[in-house]
Order: sequence, then C-alpha cells, then structure tokens
Amino acid sequence: MAPAAMVYLDANATEPLRPEARVAMLSAFDGVGNPSSIHRFGRSVRRVVEDARESLAARFGGRPGDLVFVSGGTEADALAVHALGRDRRLIIGATEHDAIRSAASGASVLPVDRDGIADLDALRVMLGAGGPALVCLMLANNETGTIQPIREAAMLCREYGALLHVDAVQAGGRLGGDGFPIHPREAVAPTTTTTLPLREGAGGRGRHPQDRAATTPPPTPPSRGGESFGLAMPLPIQPLKHGRTVPPPTGTADPGSLPSGVSLNTLLCHSLALSSHKIGGPPGVGALLLTPELSAIPALITGGGQERGRRGGTLAAPLIAGFAAAAAACGNAAGLAPLRDAAEQAAIAAGAIVCGGGGPRLPNTTCLALPGVRADAQVIALDLEGIAISAGAACSSGKVAASHVLTAMGMGDLAAQAIRVSLPWNATAADIEAFIAAYQRMADRLRPTMAPRAA
Amino acid sequence: MDAMTDLPPRPNRPVYLDNQATTRCDPRVLAKMLPYFTEEYGNPHSAEHVMGHIAETAVEDARAEIAALLGAEPREIVFTSGATESNNIAIKGAARFAARMGTERRRIITVATEHKCVLETVADLADEGFEPVILPVGADGLLDPDALRAALETPTLLVSVMGVNNEIGVVQDIRALAAIAKEAGALFHTDIAQATGKIPLDLTGWKIDLASVSGHKIYAPKGIGALFVRRRPRVRLTPLFSGGGQERGFRSGTLPTPLIVGLGEACRLAREEMADEARRIGTLRATLLDRLQGAIPGIAINGSRDARIQGNLNLTFPARAAADIMAAVPDLCVSTGSACSSAEIEPSYVLKALGLSDDSAARTLRIGIGRFTSPADIDYAAAALVAAHRGQTVAEHTAQRVPPP
Repeated sequence: MAPAAMVYLDANATEPLRPEARVAMLSAFDGVGNPSSIHRFGRSVRRVVEDARESLAARFGGRPGDLVFVSGGTEADALAVHALGRDRRLIIGATEHDAIRSAASGASVLPVDRDGIADLDALRVMLGAGGPALVCLMLANNETGTIQPIREAAMLCREYGALLHVDAVQAGGRLGGDGFPIHPREAVAPTTTTTLPLREGAGGRGRHPQDRAATTPPPTPPSRGGESFGLAMPLPIQPLKHGRTVPPPTGTADPGSLPSGVSLNTLLCHSLALSSHKIGGPPGVGALLLTPELSAIPALITGGGQERGRRGGTLAAPLIAGFAAAAAACGNAAGLAPLRDAAEQAAIAAGAIVCGGGGPRLPNTTCLALPGVRADAQVIALDLEGIAISAGAACSSGKVAASHVLTAMGMGDLAAQAIRVSLPWNATAADIEAFIAAYQRMADRLRPTMAPRAA
Repeated sequence: MDAMTDLPPRPNRPVYLDNQATTRCDPRVLAKMLPYFTEEYGNPHSAEHVMGHIAETAVEDARAEIAALLGAEPREIVFTSGATESNNIAIKGAARFAARMGTERRRIITVATEHKCVLETVADLADEGFEPVILPVGADGLLDPDALRAALETPTLLVSVMGVNNEIGVVQDIRALAAIAKEAGALFHTDIAQATGKIPLDLTGWKIDLASVSGHKIYAPKGIGALFVRRRPRVRLTPLFSGGGQERGFRSGTLPTPLIVGLGEACRLAREEMADEARRIGTLRATLLDRLQGAIPGIAINGSRDARIQGNLNLTFPARAAADIMAAVPDLCVSTGSACSSAEIEPSYVLKALGLSDDSAARTLRIGIGRFTSPADIDYAAAALVAAHRGQTVAEHTAQRVPPP
C-alpha cells in the first residue's frame, strides 16, 4: 500500500491521468458498441474516435487520415520502422529508446555528444555514405530529457533523400501547442514549411476551440537570439559543443508567441510516434502520425481492415477519447522548470552531477548521477523516503545495467549511478521540498566518504 | 410502410443485441479498474518504487485470474492490445521462429470461417514462403476432423482453428482438433476471443499451444487482450515487435495496468458466473427464437444448433434484406456480419463458407445476446423484428429517450 504522502517524480515512466482525460474516457466507457459497427451504437462510438483523431492530428500538425491509432509508443515506433524502413538503410541515434533500437537492429548508430545531442556532422557523413536511409531520432530523451536538433536533422535528411522518424513520446505533451522552439540553433524563422493540408470533413463536429487554432499554422516567430525560451537555457548557445555549465535560471519566457513544439510541420519530419500515457492520458493507446505522401503504410498487425488496413484490431474508443483529451489539456510544461531546477541545484550541492545538463532539455526532467553510488541503491533509498523516481528507463529498470543513454554520452561509470527525476504535470513545490530533503539524506548516507564534494 | 403502433413497452434506450461485436464494459470491471487510472497509476515496470510495485502486483493478480479461467499457469499469459494482435503474434511468431530454426515444415492450416485477422495473417505468411491451407467447413459451420487429418498428411507447422465463431457462434471441438494436430507434430493455435467466458476451457488439459483472448468481448475494456503461450513443452515465438522487453520479450510496451486489472476482473466474474449466465442467456435466446419462428415461417438458423454458444443467433429471413430490417428498427442494434466488415457491401464470407447464396446471406442477421440483455429487451426485439420483416417501420424513440451515454 502506498504511503499517504508518496511523492511521485517518475512522470517519464508514466504521467498521472489528467482530469480532462478521465472525464472523456469515462464518458466513452458509458457508451457501448464497436466503432466498426454500422448501427447507432457503433456510429456514436465511431464519432468519438473520429473526433479524437481530428483533434490529435490537428494538434500534432497532420491530417486525420494520416493518423494511425496503435497500442502505444513502442508499437508506433515499431510500425514506423517496419513501414518506412523497408528497403532503406537504418540510422538511429545512440540514445534512442529500446523500442527503436530493437525495431532497427543492425542500424548504423549516430553518435551523441556529452550532453546527448546527436552529432549532425556525423549524420551528414552517414547519409552521404550509401543509399536512401530511414533516420530515427527522438525529440526528447526519456532518461535525460535532452532535446535533439530535429529540424536541422530533417533538413539534412531531405537533402539526402532520407526519411526521418521522430519518437515524440516524451516530448508530445511537454513541448505542446504553445511550446517553444525545438532547438536553440533552430530558433530562426522556418525557411521552409510543408503545406498544411486542409482537414478532411471539417464539419464542425464538437471540436475544441484550441483544435481549430492548431489547424492554422502559427505565426512565424521572430528571431529570438539571446532571449530565453521557457527552458532554463539562454541563447545563443553553441548547439553541438555545449560547455558543462549549468544554465542560469530563466525569467523571461514568452512561449505563447512561438511555434508549436511538436508537429510534423515544425519538425519537418515524416512520422511522429506518440503515446497517451506519457502525456496524461490512459495507457494502452498511442498513435503514429505520418505525412500525407507516406500515409498508406503496410500493417504490422494485420486483420479486420481497421485504420484503412494499416492496423488491425477493434479501436479502443474510451482510451482514444482520453488520449485526445489529454493532448488538448497539455500546455507547455515550462512551468515545471523552476521546480526541476530547484531540485537539481539541491542535488548538485549534495554531490550530484547532472547528465545532459548542458543542452536543451525537457522542463520536467533531470538525470542526476551520484558518483560512487549505484543507481538501484539510490532508488531504493528514496523509495523508503516516500519518493518515487527511477533508475534510467522504467522498462529496463528491473535490470541493474548501465544506461545505454548515459554510456553513449560518455558518462563511464556514472552511467550506472544515475537516477531520473521526472516531474509530472501536477508536481508541487511541496513535492520538490520533500525530494530535496530526502535526496540530501540519501546522499549523505550513501556517498563514499572519500568522494570530493562539489563546491 | 406502415408505422408500428403496438410494440411492447421498450426499454428507455436502444436495445443492444450485438454482443459478438463488442460488449459493454461491466460496471464491476470499470469500478475495479478506476483506481488504477487515477490513484495507483505507477508504471508496473518501475517496480523498485512503491507505486510501480503496486501496479506490478495488480498486473500479476490479474494474470492469475486469466490463467485460472483458461486452465493455464499465470506465466503462460502474455498481455497484448487485443485478440487481433494476439493472433498476429501467435501465428506469425510461431511460423517465423520455426523457420529461423530451420524447420522444413511450411504448411499452415486454418479454416475458411476464421476471423479476418487470422486469414489475413496466414495470407501474409504466404509472402514469406509459407504454405497456407484453408479448410472448408460443413453446412453446420464445423470443421470435419477427417479434413484436418487429410491436410496434415503434408508435414505442417501450425494449425489455427477458432474456438467459437464470431458470426454464427458455433463451437469447434478444439480439444479433439488439437489432439489431431499434435499427433501430426504441428503446433495448435486457437482464437478464443468468442469462447472465453462462454464455454469451459482447459488449455493445459487440451494440449493447446497458443490461444488468443480479447478483453472487450467479455465485458472488459477495449485495448487489452492476452495470448496464452504454452510452457510445457515450451512454445517459442519471434515477437512481432520488440522494445523494453516486457512480457518476457514476447510483447514489448508499457503494460496498461488499469486495462489488465479490468481483464482480470472480467475473467474472475466469468469464472464465477459463466454457468448461470449461460442458462439465463439460453432462456432468452429460446424465447426470441420461438417468437420469431412462430411469426416468420421459413426463418432459418445458420450453423449448428447444438454446438453453439448460448448468446448467438444467426438467422436468414425469408423475405426481406437484412439491411432493410435494420433500417426499419433503428433502436435495435444487431448486425449483418462481423463488425470489422459490417460497413462492407460484400456478403459474409462465413455464411458463404456454410454454402449460403449471396441472396440468402443478404437476408441474414447476427443477433448477440449478452449479460445485460433483459427479458424486456427480448420482447421488444422479437416484436420489432417481426414487424420490420412485415415491412413496417418501427418508429425511433426520440422523445424521452435517454441518449446513449
């Protein structure tokens, strides 16, 4: 049984359900019917599904017909590689999620720098070294929160005739519609935009106002060199050669005037993988959003003809409704950055090293290595203090293995000594105070006495 | 057409008789799930912290419930997104693994009346060098064991036969068919999406290798299912997709704890209530059939009457097209065939496999009686169908009706 005062800071494993998602889901559970049935019950369930599809597609910059519902982020990644990777060389970032690493076994691995940012010079070399490729690069990393320079990578991919699949599972609800530029060096007016196609069947069926807003391409942002973007990060910044400095706190964020963060249009990629439970929707549903020209993909799970033959199986209308409601409710998670920064500063003072702290990151995530202390010991110690965090990714956290993400970043032994602190959408200052107190006690108790204490 | 005036009192919402397409999530199932959506939302793979551990425990409790209903061990249950995915993993996974191990066996045998996802999966495998064999069924919808024996004379990798058909509700003798397949050295898979919770199952005792379960056909939510993978002797599969390595590598992806809890509760309820429920539903079906046969001479039942689940009727009407009947009774939810293909104009391939003409198939309705069907629903359905068949339109209840929530 959970202690009454459990502090949950493991949002990158799963976000708590948003109330909006709960309402939408419960309302859909009250309905009965298979969305493929043509009778009244079936049609009403179908409408729930199609409204959700329109809303999600609009939010993430695609057309409803190009969004395929799947069981979650892992399947979305697998489907993308299965469908877009046929007859193409595979190139994946070194810090990709296991879903991509497994789907793209045998892929060439694109190295990252010490902050986990993909080496685009290496990407250019790799793209030039062979035939057409599929590149898989995640928007934000699940362990460190590091945000990749997707637009730049996308430009390179287009130059070399490669496709780009983006795993936006962690970023999807955190760099939302009123988000901020994806990468500092891309914080200039877009030079190209894919045409935003008109939505199908714009019949005005019960859509949310914000969905309508999302169909209109956002205004081109002014160049904002030197200003802050709501991330705890100043501009300009050397994108691929970050120093190890901890960025100063932000104070002048103005995210509202900036382009939507997670969208096919702004990212210029060919497909986006999305997961419901990582944005505060129910688990068990996700989506793959494709550009129109690639939308007719072969299925990984066949049968029944649902999703225009791209994914068999009865659509889970309540989950889909909850997914869409969660996406609509997601704002910019930048409000969590001050809390995250406070936790991080306290951890640094207690001897922690921030992994990937020099680059742009999700505002809710910090990856804290405590030299000389095994990650699982830290997780257990904090759990006993009533703090739920994780060592690396949840799916691999049963194993006491070094994180492949941190290893790829050259963290050495620290790769097995890092915990991930990820703030959920409803994190409070009290949660962070509790974390700080617990972390300090844990560090005092577990740190080897000889380890030099950070100033 | 005349408007109906003399219908029996009708429940204040449309009458849902399409329980082979999907079922309402049982309120008891929903109640059990809800805390795992809202309070105990930990990721079951984050088991080092308390919230993850609570979720993991709930998942394992549910796994045990499902295993108990199926006559399996908990470790033999793999969670998936539904029966379609389970069928894909079972058939493609077994075939690909065996091929990788260098087996000479290429034949995959299934039946003409299988669910579309099985037929399409088997067809997909033809592109990979496997040899699909689709066996016919008799007029009663049942597979002749001798036909299976004959097909197995060529060394066969896998046999897939569904437990209960989704359109005509007939129950195959999977115990006997599995024995025949095993004798010939083939793996035996069965899609039990429609059989689970409807008929007693003993997968271990029947020596089944692989079996696919659906949540939303048994009053659990959509988006969850399971695959039974036998452990002794161990059945090996190549996963359809990988990732975090969950479910012992058979199926990666975060386990949706609340949905799994729902499936577990649905299986527990089925185990406790299956016998009583089958009796009750059987009585309702008998009533409906009596009334329809009394009022519509020449109405015909498709598929075996004896080897059939209690909740299903598949009826060919003598005079009117099924689509016209459905249009005449908009408050009655029945179907012309499987839900996945119900928007199609094509006649049901299942009915054609039974030997029905296109014309007969077009006059055929599937009626699925379920846990929440009341005697009043049956009174209404019988009268409405009889009236519709006479060419009368049964007025839609719009006033006072509680809208479908």
